Amino acid sequence: MARAVSTRRKVFYTAAAWSVALLIFFPVFWTILTSFKTEASAVASPPQLFSADWTLDNYAEVWGRSDYPRFFWNSVVISVGSTLLGLIIAIPAAWSMAFVPGNRTKDLLMWMLSTKMMPAAAVLIPMYLIFQRTGLFDTRTGLVLALMLMNLPVIVWMLYTYFKEIPSEILEAARMDGASLGKEIIYVLTPMAIPGIASTMLLNIILAWNEAFWTITLTTVNAAPLSAFIASFSAPQGLFYAKLSAASTMAIAPILILGWFSQKQLVRGLTFGAVK
Amino acid sequence: MGKIVLNAVRKSFGEVDVIPGVDLTIEDGEFVVFVGPSGCGKSTLLRLIAGLEDTTSGAIVIDGADATALPPAKRGLAMVFQSYALYPHMTVRKNIMFPLKMAGMEIGEATRRADAAAKVLNLTAYMERRPGQLSGGQRQRVAIGRAIVREPAAFLFDEPLSNLDAALRVNMRQEITELHQSLKTTMIYVTHDQVEAMTMADKIVVLNAGRIEQVGSPLALYNNPGNTFVAGFIGSPKMNLIEGPEAAALGATTIGVRPEHLSVVSEGGWEGVVGLSEHLGSDTFLKVTTDRVGTINVRAGGEVILRPGDRVHLAPQPGKIHRFGADGKAMT
Repeated sequence: MARAVSTRRKVFYTAAAWSVALLIFFPVFWTILTSFKTEASAVASPPQLFSADWTLDNYAEVWGRSDYPRFFWNSVVISVGSTLLGLIIAIPAAWSMAFVPGNRTKDLLMWMLSTKMMPAAAVLIPMYLIFQRTGLFDTRTGLVLALMLMNLPVIVWMLYTYFKEIPSEILEAARMDGASLGKEIIYVLTPMAIPGIASTMLLNIILAWNEAFWTITLTTVNAAPLSAFIASFSAPQGLFYAKLSAASTMAIAPILILGWFSQKQLVRGLTFGAVK
Repeated sequence: MGKIVLNAVRKSFGEVDVIPGVDLTIEDGEFVVFVGPSGCGKSTLLRLIAGLEDTTSGAIVIDGADATALPPAKRGLAMVFQSYALYPHMTVRKNIMFPLKMAGMEIGEATRRADAAAKVLNLTAYMERRPGQLSGGQRQRVAIGRAIVREPAAFLFDEPLSNLDAALRVNMRQEITELHQSLKTTMIYVTHDQVEAMTMADKIVVLNAGRIEQVGSPLALYNNPGNTFVAGFIGSPKMNLIEGPEAAALGATTIGVRPEHLSVVSEGGWEGVVGLSEHLGSDTFLKVTTDRVGTINVRAGGEVILRPGDRVHLAPQPGKIHRFGADGKAMT
């Protein structure tokens, strides 16, 4: 009897999980479908899930009208660059917070995280002016710096959580074995924290890739990534849904593929420390 | 060489003096055991010697050179931790070779030394395994191997056998003693297990609340405890400490009689009733409630068969009564 109840419950939870997942995925699915429709069927009323006249014209036109490889490359440089730079800064920071904490370490961590709750628009003007006056406006370097600073609290927090799981005796053993601080981090801490570092890296690449507010605000042409590429298809004459969907699909495809292949790592990373 | 001298070494955490000030000399090649109850500061003292904690004041001198401000890596000491502290991502070979790699040793020489250490510790068959694939005893051997390849001035052991089961603990205890006999290198060993202390040490340092209560050979501490703390701590079962008229009759505030120094006699002595009787075959442990000296523990021969409720007469063996003054110190 107990088994029957637990099976029923399992079916219910599985169905619920699938429903939520489909609900979340539906807009992405809809965008992909729309990208293959003509403009007319994209705005047909009532909306059609599947259209009779499939076309690749939207992709051809989007590709022809803009320099997709440049936007793509900018996205790669900005997301990977900001993540790597963030890791270089965050690993020593998280190391000190996890292994040589001070009285105020917890407060510092909370403060760092609290900056993520501040609306980005609150610092729009100062950031814009700083970027303009320092020559960082519309440069990949500028965006790497901006996105690194934006995601640094998350990187530090995640790494801190992973590092806390590593017994400090192992690092002390390394010290006794003659390792300097640098060697201790390179040969012992980092290899042991690789699963955590990898998932932090993946999550931050995704966050940086998807970031739209700063990437659109702080770029015009040269450093504009795929978020600006999508935005460029909302023309003043109106929205061309099919083309906008094609552009969006092209922008999200790389990260969707990356996410698909690394989902195990991501899930493991995000639940790390939650269950021992 | 491995002579270690502690001069007025003090350690405070904020307002709390964990080690109020310790003076100690450990001679080259000695096997010294720090023993004491939990929280007595023995591990902290070891970590101060290792350099894993900074001293608040005082000096640590290793082989004549002041090492107080040196980082752990520069002190020439090797440490074996309670939790083994092996590098889980490295094979046994890489674990053992790690200190040599850090020292920049040429790979051929490093491999030769690692193989030699593995042979001594019976680890040759496991060199390509990772720590996760080894048993507790094997892991502890790897930790010891990692320590011996460096040929350090001294070995520091921080309760290295606490995570092992009883049988393995006895084996490893003997292996470490044999290792000390063959290497003849200074070893400092922290434990709360006084059997380990008695069986392994050349010199025992008894610590209590960060202070050294007494330093001496195991038998010196057993035969001539300097105070009631050492008297109660060294020896198993622990010494019976008796106050009152019986102590006053001998001109002391407290007298101490070890359970093995009480004889069951037919009459006279302290009369009492057996409350608990444990027959181990080789020994019989008794808990006896007497009228004159309260409840005392007795270690009698295995041939003594007594049951709870039996009346017995107990007499301390001549010359085996320890006398302590009002300050708890032994009286001569």
